[in-house]
Amino acid sequence: MIQNQYPLWRYLAVVAVLIVGTLYALPNLYGFDPALQVTARRSAPVDEALEARLEKALTGAGIEAKGVETADDRLLFRFGSDDDRTRAMPLLQKELDPLQYLVALNLAPGTPAWLRAIGGKPMYMGLDLRGGVHFLMQVDTEAVRKQSEERFVTELRASLREQKIRFRTVSPDPAGGIRVNFLNAESRAAGLAAVENDYPDLVATESADNDTLLLLQPKPEFVSEARKTAIKQNLTTLRNRINEFGVAEPVIQQQGDSRIVVQLPGVEDTAEAKKLLGATATLEFRMVDVDGDVQAATAGKVPVGSKLYRQRSGEPVLLQKRVLLTGDSIIDASSGIESQTGEAAVYITLDGKGARSFSRATRELIGKPMAVVFIEQQQGRPVEEVINVATIRDELGKRFQITGLDSTNEAHDLALLLRAGALAAPMEIVEERTVGPSLGQANIDSGLRACIIGFIAVAVFMALYYRSFGLIANLALALNVVLLVALLSMVQATLTLPGIAGILLTVGMAVDANVLINERIREELRRGMSPQASIHAGYDRAFGTILDSNLTTLIAGIVLFSFGSGPVKGFAVTLSLGIATSMFTAIVGTRAVVNLVYGGRRLTRLSV
Amino acid sequence: MLSWKIINIDFMRWRKVGLVLSTLINLAAIGSLATQGLNLSIEFTGGTVVELAYETPPALEDIRSRLASSDFGAGVVQNFGGPENVLVRLPPVEAVGGAEAASKDVGARMQKLLPEAEIRRVEFVGPQVGEELAEEGVIAALIAMGGILLYVMLRFTLKFSLGSITATVHDVLVIMGFFSLTRLEFDLNALAAVLAIMGYSLNDTIVILDRIRENFRTMRKADPVGVVNVSLNQTLARTINTSLVTLLAVLALLFFGGEMIHSFALALTIGIVVGVYSSIYIASAMVLALGATREELLPIQKEGAALDDRP
Repeated sequence: MIQNQYPLWRYLAVVAVLIVGTLYALPNLYGFDPALQVTARRSAPVDEALEARLEKALTGAGIEAKGVETADDRLLFRFGSDDDRTRAMPLLQKELDPLQYLVALNLAPGTPAWLRAIGGKPMYMGLDLRGGVHFLMQVDTEAVRKQSEERFVTELRASLREQKIRFRTVSPDPAGGIRVNFLNAESRAAGLAAVENDYPDLVATESADNDTLLLLQPKPEFVSEARKTAIKQNLTTLRNRINEFGVAEPVIQQQGDSRIVVQLPGVEDTAEAKKLLGATATLEFRMVDVDGDVQAATAGKVPVGSKLYRQRSGEPVLLQKRVLLTGDSIIDASSGIESQTGEAAVYITLDGKGARSFSRATRELIGKPMAVVFIEQQQGRPVEEVINVATIRDELGKRFQITGLDSTNEAHDLALLLRAGALAAPMEIVEERTVGPSLGQANIDSGLRACIIGFIAVAVFMALYYRSFGLIANLALALNVVLLVALLSMVQATLTLPGIAGILLTVGMAVDANVLINERIREELRRGMSPQASIHAGYDRAFGTILDSNLTTLIAGIVLFSFGSGPVKGFAVTLSLGIATSMFTAIVGTRAVVNLVYGGRRLTRLSV
Repeated sequence: MLSWKIINIDFMRWRKVGLVLSTLINLAAIGSLATQGLNLSIEFTGGTVVELAYETPPALEDIRSRLASSDFGAGVVQNFGGPENVLVRLPPVEAVGGAEAASKDVGARMQKLLPEAEIRRVEFVGPQVGEELAEEGVIAALIAMGGILLYVMLRFTLKFSLGSITATVHDVLVIMGFFSLTRLEFDLNALAAVLAIMGYSLNDTIVILDRIRENFRTMRKADPVGVVNVSLNQTLARTINTSLVTLLAVLALLFFGGEMIHSFALALTIGIVVGVYSSIYIASAMVLALGATREELLPIQKEGAALDDRP
């Protein structure tokens, strides 16, 4: 019987895998170029004119860009060294209008074009290798609940009034829910009917001890929906804000029920990033309550339908509770200097719906004073400030300006925040990690060094102990690493320092399969089996054991993957993928080589 | 061919000794864990960590006093890796809104406080997140154990499965006990290593159990102790070689991988070494102790007498 011969297609399959693997692992050898990314905001043009202008600016200063690439809305400049890039950055920033273009640091992979054409990419490096910032932000779900209750309260008041149902007070219960106190039992019954009719999200219960009290609670489905929506909105808002920041390849994802993870590679100035991420600010436009008594209000008697605010100057002012316009309707905002007074101003553009309702409202209020309230979340509490009170001269429509800000910086920040949107729910940073770029590089270096040393140690041992079969196993080992790297690159899994450790562990474990096979072969030889039969039996018997033992490590890997986050996940990925590739190379790979070398011949001895 | 003479080490003769030794070690580990606990990293406890690099080795006392008098308050200052690297640890902040305040510009404030240092890394973990991570870690370990139990039970028998679980738990205890006794920092990576070892140590155990099962089926005349001994001897070469090779790889990581991955590599090293021991003396001994011969495998002459002499 001809043993130990593979049909041709199997050899070809192995070779094919080898080629594909090598190709996709190749990008990792090319390294990264320090680069600058120029992103266009909104509709600013990215064209040859821009490219030429920027190149001229660079060559004017004696900096040669290694290469320039264009994509739809961005330009990428590659540089030969970090120094060049550091010098180039302020040049480009000066040349470009910050409202139209953003310049950001980036690491561009050096993969040549032909390789990129087939989808070759280097592995995606995690923050602990690249350097950068990692935030974990927690959404304040209490605040979401309170916000929605406030909204219900306002709506209820309006709709009960409309339906002429007499009530005394509508107020949120500090313990949760809404309390509505009616005039008498009949009104309560009417109110109950109205609520059940118009507000399907609320559950109404009549208070047992008080026949004019109605207790309302939002349904749990509504609450969780509200929370989900809030998080989704926050995600979008954060994405917008980070885009404004101009970071290349940011990661913004939901984690779990109420958390958002933000990763900004290459960013070193965390203070700026945090300010932008954590800030929640929005505007509200309300009419001034001219009839109300401000003095009495400051003493404590605030008229119904109004609220007391402080102006920037410190003076109190009474504003109506009704909000004419909120930040949600703002689609664009930019900062500048008002031509007449030279003051810093923010120019606001509203969306269609907002423009219509705002103009309708202000049409009837010409000649009356309106206030702009600036609301900022600070440490979990909203801080409200009236930044401007101005008389409405004309009906306000799609575009208008507001003044009353401290400085152009403030105007710029406010415009930025308005553009990027207000956060639907306030968030708190619960975890933060910053890795400086030098540490990132140090990690890469030590990780790589350990890998190389480990690999050599293993290879030497195998060659010495198992001779020719050991050498074959080493080949398989090398192929294993190549395949693993290729897989990681194709899948774009994040490589972290523990991930590199995982690769090394895989090297150690991959050998196990071959050790099993070789020991089995030796045993069979010792028992007196012929060399060919020994080879066959060795592979045969060992397979079941290899499968079992690798599978258990795989279980551990999968558990790690689902539980872990960040760096640990990277380890789980390399471990699990490594097991798969090692099984392939150790069994199929070595068998192919063994068959090539020894198959189909008469053998008297085996070098094992 | 480099051949081993047929060796016949009577491993199982020492199984009582092994059992006593292991029990003692485990008790010590449990004792240490219960009293001292683990030196948990901030990923589990919450808090702030700043890694600093200096050109010349700084005076730690100077850093400590500067910290204490700043609004950071007292913190732990220690060397990390070499004498030029310093690690500063600040305790978690519980106050309301404290998390926000605590994380505010730690890097910038620290840089102002210590202008000569290079800030390599800043980590801040809110206390809540840390607690959750610790919980999740324990759950993950339990799930992994459950999965392993199930898998071995399916491939072998319940008794074998119990044997392997005991070996796995033993390994985990030894690693954690080591960290507890030496007060080395136990971070998320170390936990990942523990989970990895759970799977890896099983590797060994399964290979041996597999051979034991095969021999129970083929060796009709031998008694259970004998079968186990033969199996162990047959797999000895493989067990030692594999562990050695993996150890080589992990040692490379331990010595050359840098400080950040140090506890990870250490946990792996201990795990591998202990794993070999536990596969031989714990798993196999348990299998014997539970009297696996009688059931699930092919019927063998009942050697009642031989089975009576178990610990």
